[in-house]
Amino acid sequence: MATHIQPEGLADKGIAGETVAPPPRKERKLGSGIEIVLLAIFMVVMLFPVVWMLETALKDTRDIYAVPAKVISFTPTLDHFKNVFSSDSPVFQGFINSVIVAGFSTLIATVLGVPAAWAYSRFALKAKKDQLFFILSTRFMPPVVVVIPVFLMFRDLNLLDTLPGLILVYSAFNLPFTIWMMKGFIDEVPAEYEEAAMLDGFSRFEAFWRVTMPLLIPGIAATAVFALIFSWNEFVFSIFLITDPDTRTAPSAIAGLIGGTTIDWGLVAASAMTFAVPVLVFAFLVRKHLVAGVTLGAVRR
Amino acid sequence: MANTLQTPPQNAPQAQTLEAPPAARRFAFLTDRKLALLFILPAFALLLFLSIWPLLWLLGLSFTDYSATRDSGYEFIAFDNYVTVLTSEVVHARALTTLIFVVGAVGLQTILGFTIAFLISRRIKGRGAITTLFLIPMMLSPIVVGLFWKFMLDVQFGVVNSFLDSLGFGRVEWLTQQRLALFSLVIVDTWQWTPFIMLIALAGLTAVPKYLYEAAEIDRASEWFKFRRITFPLVWPLLLIAVMFRAIEAFRLFDLVYILTGGGPGGTTETLSFNVYKVAFFGFDTGLASAYGILMVIVVTIAAQFYLRYLNRLQER
Repeated sequence: MATHIQPEGLADKGIAGETVAPPPRKERKLGSGIEIVLLAIFMVVMLFPVVWMLETALKDTRDIYAVPAKVISFTPTLDHFKNVFSSDSPVFQGFINSVIVAGFSTLIATVLGVPAAWAYSRFALKAKKDQLFFILSTRFMPPVVVVIPVFLMFRDLNLLDTLPGLILVYSAFNLPFTIWMMKGFIDEVPAEYEEAAMLDGFSRFEAFWRVTMPLLIPGIAATAVFALIFSWNEFVFSIFLITDPDTRTAPSAIAGLIGGTTIDWGLVAASAMTFAVPVLVFAFLVRKHLVAGVTLGAVRR
Repeated sequence: MANTLQTPPQNAPQAQTLEAPPAARRFAFLTDRKLALLFILPAFALLLFLSIWPLLWLLGLSFTDYSATRDSGYEFIAFDNYVTVLTSEVVHARALTTLIFVVGAVGLQTILGFTIAFLISRRIKGRGAITTLFLIPMMLSPIVVGLFWKFMLDVQFGVVNSFLDSLGFGRVEWLTQQRLALFSLVIVDTWQWTPFIMLIALAGLTAVPKYLYEAAEIDRASEWFKFRRITFPLVWPLLLIAVMFRAIEAFRLFDLVYILTGGGPGGTTETLSFNVYKVAFFGFDTGLASAYGILMVIVVTIAAQFYLRYLNRLQER
């Protein structure tokens, strides 16, 4: 027990130096070297495709198709990125649509999901666990299967090829995640705070709104960022529900670039990088909650 | 003794504080029950509209010979669609393809992801930065990942073949050669999702209490012993969660197939999801595709139930 109170390092030397430290094992040092090399190899393999795509986006068209491939020796150019943002770019409108769809669907999922998560966290409801599990299991449905009836439904409702239709689908798609993620955050806020506020004369709703809500802001922000990323990256619903070039989102616009007989890989690479960078920035902002985020709020550590 | 007791203050201030309530009880009409309904129903309504109702519709369609492109009516044909799907040779082949893909990809991801997490957990310096860099592939959209790799695996000017060429090996048709195309899909999926397993395994590894290792150190336990008896048993439950999650997602794989191979060559990379898509949007046999879809939903639901029950048991511990 006492060793835990001792400052770091002292414990290794034994209490009052009575025991001699065991001789350092040689194999351990060698093992550590191998570990570092292995880790470095994994790192190179994992990062190479990203670096390669960035390089491709920065090369001029002749260097892209050079054989053997030019890894370092090329003159960087921003031409492809200029093409992405130019007025006759085939993908620029897609980016605008993606921002609209991701933004609104996140807003709807948050507005509907946070109160629901609070209710699930605070109240004793009938078969609460089953309800929560049911909600999460809707998220596991294969998108290609769900899109068949949604397609027919949207055809009847004239929602095909429209942004509001896609916004609704993404809201429903993000809602299970928002509820689960937020329930975790709300469970961490003691219910006693609300009870104390209610003793002071607040109603239950006011206690939620004025006491708990301000404490949830960071959690809501993190949850919303994940919902943004999921909507932004989603691909299957977007290609099936929208085919109109004016309303399609960035993923289907970018996928459209490889449809023709000749592919402008420079433009594809620049579009893909432009598409990926915001996600990486956002993901970096919420890295503390990444485990909960990528498991749809199911695993919390 | 008695003099220690204070006399109560003469002009009692309690009455004042009790008078006006500090906050107006606005929204007091919302009882707990009403509030719960008000908060949960809108969320449920959206799910009902876009998740549950479509599935019921799908179920209904699966018993008919409805076609989305035909305006004429449709007939009720009971379980004919299900019989057709379940006895179809093509579906069996696609199911096998999907199974190979799920086992191959998730297996590789688990081994690699756990290895990387284990290596990272033994480092002290630069752990945060290393982890962040490793996580990049996972955050990318499947469309971006698919395009990255389609370009890199290109026969003529792909960088992979370029490397192989300069090393003296021949060029390889990664995405257009039978057998190899499915392997390429496994590789790409592994590239994207190894970080996922790694992230969760790392969460498990860092949660293993240090004193267990210290105790083992005192007993001069070998590294292997420590791994087998301390690290692995404690990380395993969390790792299993990650593996199940990945398996469900891999079963639904569609986007990578759509971008990388389009199901080819000769249908060898067609997963069940991709096959459903072809039946529904090229064959326009909506009824058949619905039955096909319902069967997939059943498989996913059973898998998801296993996953959620296990998760529940883990959380209650």
